[in-house]
Amino acid sequence: MPAIVALLECPIFGVEAVRVPSQYLVELRNVVFAYDATRPVLKGIDMAIPRGRVVAIMGGSGCGKTTTMRLIGGQLKATSGEVIVAGESVSQLDDRALYMLRRRMGMLFQFGALFTDMSVFDNVAFQMREHTDLGPDLINDLVMMKLNAVGLRGAAQLMPSELSGGMARRVALARAIALDPLLMMYDEPFAGLDPISLGVIGQLIRRLNDALGATSIIVTHDVQESLQIVDYIYFVSEGRIVAEGSPEDIRASRDPWVHQFVWAESDGPVPFQFPSAPYRQDLLGAAHA
Amino acid sequence: MLDAPVRVLRKLGAGVVDRIWRLGFAARFLVAVLMYSGTALRRFQLTVREIYFTGVLSLIIIVVSGLFVGMVLGLQGYDTLQRYGSSEALGVLVSLSLVRELGPVVSGLLFASRAGSAITAEIGLMKTTEQLSAMEMMAVNPIARVVAPRFWAGVISMPLLAALFSALGVFGGYLVGVVLIGVDNGSFWSQMQSAVDFRQDILNGVIKSVVFGAAVSWIAVFEGYDAVPTAEGVSGATTRTVVTSSLAILALDFVLTAFMFRGV
Repeated sequence: MPAIVALLECPIFGVEAVRVPSQYLVELRNVVFAYDATRPVLKGIDMAIPRGRVVAIMGGSGCGKTTTMRLIGGQLKATSGEVIVAGESVSQLDDRALYMLRRRMGMLFQFGALFTDMSVFDNVAFQMREHTDLGPDLINDLVMMKLNAVGLRGAAQLMPSELSGGMARRVALARAIALDPLLMMYDEPFAGLDPISLGVIGQLIRRLNDALGATSIIVTHDVQESLQIVDYIYFVSEGRIVAEGSPEDIRASRDPWVHQFVWAESDGPVPFQFPSAPYRQDLLGAAHA
Repeated sequence: MLDAPVRVLRKLGAGVVDRIWRLGFAARFLVAVLMYSGTALRRFQLTVREIYFTGVLSLIIIVVSGLFVGMVLGLQGYDTLQRYGSSEALGVLVSLSLVRELGPVVSGLLFASRAGSAITAEIGLMKTTEQLSAMEMMAVNPIARVVAPRFWAGVISMPLLAALFSALGVFGGYLVGVVLIGVDNGSFWSQMQSAVDFRQDILNGVIKSVVFGAAVSWIAVFEGYDAVPTAEGVSGATTRTVVTSSLAILALDFVLTAFMFRGV
């Protein structure tokens, strides 16, 4: 099969043959990223996210999960390595091409990031009005369909300040899928939700992904909810991928890092203490160290 | 022994470099705002909406201040002029003071504290709550969609507010001078009419207010966009907008006045 793909992609007499899309929608190849030279956040990440799948990126706070997602969305550029989305190298794109690519992406922010001066309806309609020439009637129908998909058709005229955290997250989800994106990215979608909202959001992510034929990336540290809905998991720690596999693999893993994370243990390879001087020295001063 | 002065010099140098760097960044930001102004001007309803927030909602403070400044000018002016037996020139004094200086400057200062701070706080909070990032991820340029309409709204609103301030000021001076004190009505208006030159006084006043409007709007949108995305960061940015805008207005006023009225 790879030989056939190579043959199809081979230029024949200067004419490029039919381009077969890669089975991976998102690929990260040896990606290194640092906000400043002394503090690298990612130290050589490799990922391949197949089309149609729901993939989770997990790890402790500050391990580089959200940075990875921002690199995929083109909000940050890799220091070295390559981020490829839908066959395009994100860091090579100019602003115009990047914005064209982003039209095929949807992103759910941690706290929704709804536009506070617009109603729920206008939030969901925002992208349609900005990027399409659809008439008001058609936009109305599409917005209602999106809101119905997240169970909030009745809240169309409310303002974001009138919504609960879970409702705001669902409205943001409706807004993110407004233009039926190819790639959905979720930044901590379960953070701060009650168990009911958490279950609802989890199921919505899975159902919407399958219904839209999209590919989803979830950045989270909510292990139990994620294991129920995702197809594959990457564990990131200190800027590197330390484990990966299907939910079954992860549950059965004997890797000490994965075990500590999945079963929420305080002892293990992930230290509880932030790197610091000896305790005795901090309490009694340098003279007693 | 030289450690302390070196440390002070180093700190001073770092501060100067930081300010220059920031000024350069602000200049590049202004270029970006002008480059992406197409949306704000093409979809003018976006700018009109912001004119409402920056201009219309500033009306009350401008109207009241203009009226009172004019009334005070009337009282003070009459007190001085009547010593020289020229109280009929009160209209000239009030109108020239307002049209040339007080109208653009005071309304600029009020505009900076009312609308400038609001613009900074709004954009800063949009940044803090990731609304600007969300917009970017939706392939909508926040400079074109959020910043440029607010910038142009400020540029358009400011001369209108300054004109209103001056008009209300003249009316305040009339109320005190003519109605309250009894200066001759005809002299008040006729001397004003003959002394105030359209190009030299009114047009120069309008130019000043446009420049102040552009300066305040630039500072306000830049500070908001550049704010550290925390509560403290937004608060600091709002304060900087008011302080920097006020200083910029006063400095620009001196420069513009020196150029405009040097031959008079």
